[in-house]
Amino acid sequence: MITAINHLAILAAEEGGHVEITAGDGGFWGETAWIMLVLPFVAFLAILAFGKRLKNQGGEIAVAALAINLVWAGALFLLNMTEGVLDTSHTFEIGRIGGNLVFELGWTLDGLAIMMYFLVNFVGLLVFIYALGYMKGDVRLPWFFAAFSLFAGAMLVLVAAPNLVQLIIGWEGVGLASYFLIGFYWEDLENVKAGNKAFMVNKVADVGLILGAVILGVTLGSFDFAVLDLAAVEHNEALGAVAVVAGALLFFGAMGKSAQFPLHIWLPDAMAGPTPVSALMHAATMVTAGVYLMARTFPLYQNFLVESVRPWMVAIGAITLFAIGLLALVANDIKKVLAYSTVSQLGYMMTAVAAGGYTAGLFHLFTHAFFKALLFLGAGSVIHAVHSNDMTDMGGLRKHMPTTFWTFIIGSAALAGIFPLAGFWSKDEILAVLNYEGYVAVMWIAVAGAFVTAFYMTRCVALTFFGTYKGHAHPHESPRIMAWPLIGLAIPSVLFGLFNIPGVDWPGISNFTTWLGVRVAPMGDHHPESIEITLAIIGSVAAILGVVLGWLIWGKDRDTQRERDWFKVPALYPLLRGKYYLDDVAMGIVGGTMGPVARFVNWTNTYIFDGIVNAVGGATKYLGGWVYNGLDQRGVDGVFNGLSAAADSAGSSLRKLQTGKVQQYASGFVAGALILVLLFVFVI
Amino acid sequence: MELFETWGLTVTVFLPVVGAVLLGFIKRDNEDSLKRTALLFAVLAFICSIVVVVAFDFGGTPYNTYQFEVNETWIGAINANYHVGVDGISLPLLVLSTFVMVLAVVYSWNHWEEPKNPKAFLILMLILATGMNGTFVALDLVLFFIFFEIVLLPMYFMIGIWGDKSPRKVPGFSKVFETRLYASIKFFLFTLFGSAFMLLGFLALYFESGDHGERTFDITQLTDLGASGAFAGWSVAGWVFAAMFLGFAVKVPMWPLHTWLPDAHTAAPTVGSVLLAAILLKLGSYGFIRISLPILPDEAVAWAPWIAILAVIGIIYGSLACLAQTDMKRLIAFSSVGHMGFVMLGIATMTDIGINASVIGMVAHGLITGLLFFLAGSMSHRYHTREMARLGGNIKLMPVIGGILAFTAMASLGLPGLAGFWGEFMSLVASYNPLEGLSLGVFRTSMVLGAIGTVLTAGYMLWMLQRVNLGEPNAEWDDHEFHDADRFELAAWVPLIVLIVVIGFYPKVIFNSTTDAVTSMVEMVFGTDTTTASLTTTVKGG
Repeated sequence: MITAINHLAILAAEEGGHVEITAGDGGFWGETAWIMLVLPFVAFLAILAFGKRLKNQGGEIAVAALAINLVWAGALFLLNMTEGVLDTSHTFEIGRIGGNLVFELGWTLDGLAIMMYFLVNFVGLLVFIYALGYMKGDVRLPWFFAAFSLFAGAMLVLVAAPNLVQLIIGWEGVGLASYFLIGFYWEDLENVKAGNKAFMVNKVADVGLILGAVILGVTLGSFDFAVLDLAAVEHNEALGAVAVVAGALLFFGAMGKSAQFPLHIWLPDAMAGPTPVSALMHAATMVTAGVYLMARTFPLYQNFLVESVRPWMVAIGAITLFAIGLLALVANDIKKVLAYSTVSQLGYMMTAVAAGGYTAGLFHLFTHAFFKALLFLGAGSVIHAVHSNDMTDMGGLRKHMPTTFWTFIIGSAALAGIFPLAGFWSKDEILAVLNYEGYVAVMWIAVAGAFVTAFYMTRCVALTFFGTYKGHAHPHESPRIMAWPLIGLAIPSVLFGLFNIPGVDWPGISNFTTWLGVRVAPMGDHHPESIEITLAIIGSVAAILGVVLGWLIWGKDRDTQRERDWFKVPALYPLLRGKYYLDDVAMGIVGGTMGPVARFVNWTNTYIFDGIVNAVGGATKYLGGWVYNGLDQRGVDGVFNGLSAAADSAGSSLRKLQTGKVQQYASGFVAGALILVLLFVFVI
Repeated sequence: MELFETWGLTVTVFLPVVGAVLLGFIKRDNEDSLKRTALLFAVLAFICSIVVVVAFDFGGTPYNTYQFEVNETWIGAINANYHVGVDGISLPLLVLSTFVMVLAVVYSWNHWEEPKNPKAFLILMLILATGMNGTFVALDLVLFFIFFEIVLLPMYFMIGIWGDKSPRKVPGFSKVFETRLYASIKFFLFTLFGSAFMLLGFLALYFESGDHGERTFDITQLTDLGASGAFAGWSVAGWVFAAMFLGFAVKVPMWPLHTWLPDAHTAAPTVGSVLLAAILLKLGSYGFIRISLPILPDEAVAWAPWIAILAVIGIIYGSLACLAQTDMKRLIAFSSVGHMGFVMLGIATMTDIGINASVIGMVAHGLITGLLFFLAGSMSHRYHTREMARLGGNIKLMPVIGGILAFTAMASLGLPGLAGFWGEFMSLVASYNPLEGLSLGVFRTSMVLGAIGTVLTAGYMLWMLQRVNLGEPNAEWDDHEFHDADRFELAAWVPLIVLIVVIGFYPKVIFNSTTDAVTSMVEMVFGTDTTTASLTTTVKGG
């Protein structure tokens, strides 16, 4: 077991203390943090082995594993809050080629990783507990909890990765779990196809990730993030030569997992999975992996790609946050609304990180995880009650399910960026970064996006909880096992924004910016000294405008919410309903070309390559007959006998096979070889 | 132990054939003793190979030194010797071979395909084992050739006698053939065609070596000659390489010499397909590494871009062909074309990373595709069809088999964390920086196309799962009782699953053996330490 200290820390120390290293090393909790990575896999196997025999079908094992994990994650999180945890990674070698190419697995201990450990385990535990109630009585529960544990393990492997190879292992591992759980109800092939779509879109993006990793790994002689960071900070020439290509490729990979336009098309379909899956994987944690990757490799972008790749990243993030956010306005499936919202918020995170807002992007990732998981679980609670995803079957639910209603309101307000909830602070920070970095136009898009967010969330809340109930089931509040996780997520959705108020340094725990590791490794991103009032007001006005306008449209006249035809602007409405026709185009191209191409390839195999083989066989047989009858029978012997025998046996073997006269082959083979040898010896 | 030093490999290689002879004395209807005897000898051979592993010195001996070496005069007239030995490259393949053979015998226990006759089938399997084991340890070209060819006969009979009896229309022929006959003859003649040229190449080497001392078939001596540049100015060296290339490329198989494979695989009985995929294909790629590269390095470098191009065409072509298949077994067969493309791409880079990639790729493909063929066999045994259109919902009818199929499909598409990943990933790594002097344009294009190939691979594997495993079962199976995996099947499969996971998470089990041998081979043969030349390591901290 090797302990490597992050080079940035060393660098910082060497450069005479630009930054003072005051952090600890995580102590016992850091040494043993591998437990977090192992337990979910143990749970996975244990549930598969005997989940069926347990009362909760293995759910208890999954919950227990994450509960224990949360002890470690919580301890590390607290340590990092109070004294800081030094950038370290513990690794062990799993393979070595020659002198230099080393493959390692391990776990990272730095602000970023610890934040993710906490996030994954905290949100994960609450969602798992919720799932105990939500999934009760469903089919294949052991498989559900096993696959869910597999996801948790793979996600932790991903965020713990000290190098690109382990990241790829975790990356595709979460993709696998995602595929399994999207297609959880696989009796219906539509769900299977949604899973396939998710897997395939991500696989296309993964080409970027893998090639980017290959290029960086070969160039640097190491897949370690620490090596990459150091080379980037030192403006290593070899790295500089490949930085643009590698950076663009990695970003392409990130676009897939983090559902950036136009690779976002898989995420809405992924809602085919059970709602807890949507909450944890397709909202709170897994889909942030792309943003996480961009943060992990931040120095590469910060030192080499500010001019070249980053503007494109910002543009894609901006398109994602606005254009896909609009789609949430016309969706009637409550989970689809939240899915488009997730894509849009991922756009915010990506835009921020791409613009150079390391902390801003990650802070939004952090707060978003709580309120978006909360919203999904709330939606699940509603779906549980009314047995439908369709908001036109809902309405008036606030009276029937108060806990769900109030927590959902909190989540919506946090998402919309209403002061002083979590989303307000993180979104405000993104606006500040965009403004500071000179992306003023994009900042206004982000403001417009904030308006849209508030607008569609108001619509969602109004249609679901206000007016009169339009469905046919008998709605009821969800059981406590589902209600408590809602409350557990509502609290951070309210409070956690306070962790990073610009300029505020909470006594004893400092702030989120510090937790992310500026104690040891400055990322070179901008941290405003104090809150920028103008931006805060602009953002708030946009959000409040969205709420008011939404309420005017959907909140009033509650009983006839269905008939809002005047909102359905011609041309725009069908365009949005059609999801900009991206899915149709993409699927049309893939479906339209792959089938014919594949069939053509198969045709060439049968009629050309095989055709040649068969023609040679047929011709040889014919030649054999001709030689035998025409030449051999007229007394030519010697070597030609051999040739004839070879050819004849080839031809006639079709008949003679069952008699098993293999000596004919043998003789033909020997004779043929003999001829060739003789030719060879004499000719050369 | 000293006795084992000299006899170990010989025993490992010939135990199975001794078993085959013994089986000859057992009565045909005494199935139990037949099976037990066959299993005994397969297990003994496996144990021997494990003892070799345990006693093996992984201490990084230079290339062209072999352990458990035996070199006895055999046919003095042509200076052909009984020369066997293992090094880090052949060791994993030897163990793979003995290991898969045990599983194949276990699986056969209650899976006899018509016309049954366990005695004959087991004898053929054991002969096959000797041929396969022998190829991996032979250090004399004549010996290598004989083992290489011994393999043909049992496989030919397995396909021809126990194979698929359905009729098959061959384009261009009015006659309708039985699938097994068409496939077995195609397999035999195709391979023989390649082997004839390979033999020619061997003979040319033999005669040419006379110019530099005594004529020899000895691989170690020829390697020394090749590495020292003795064959550098040889006017026909290119032709000799080409002749050997044909022999190995047919076996791998490389596009466009692959067309025997889908037919042979599809027609073969389950165990035949498994052995064909798991071991036989590796004889070709192993031949490249053991013979072509070290003995004719200059020619290998000259051919490398072409090998890479063919390999990549194979990856893309094989994957696309998979997308057009309706027969599950044929789909799996075609997938081998793509996967072996990665193995050959690794070899074509002529670097230590690439050749390591190819060896771990061979092992992984052997385990994974072997398992896929087991599963396909067990399923067609139950459904009596391999048409994917008639399958569906398999995981509902048979959760265990369905679950293992899903796992194996994931492994096959190169999921990181499972064995298949390393070979593909490292082939791409190696292609980014091939041996100095090789065209970066060709290899980096290959890298990109290879990566795209992984997407296609994922595509057809998921599509197969969708059609076979998921959805509701076809109505025609409503009244059928299906029994899920039995204990013999599980006994054959679980070890494969475990190994796929272990190698996936800890590839060192393979690299530990291969890396020193490969690195020193690349140094010795191509004169460069490619890794250190191309990779500048920055500080590793701590």
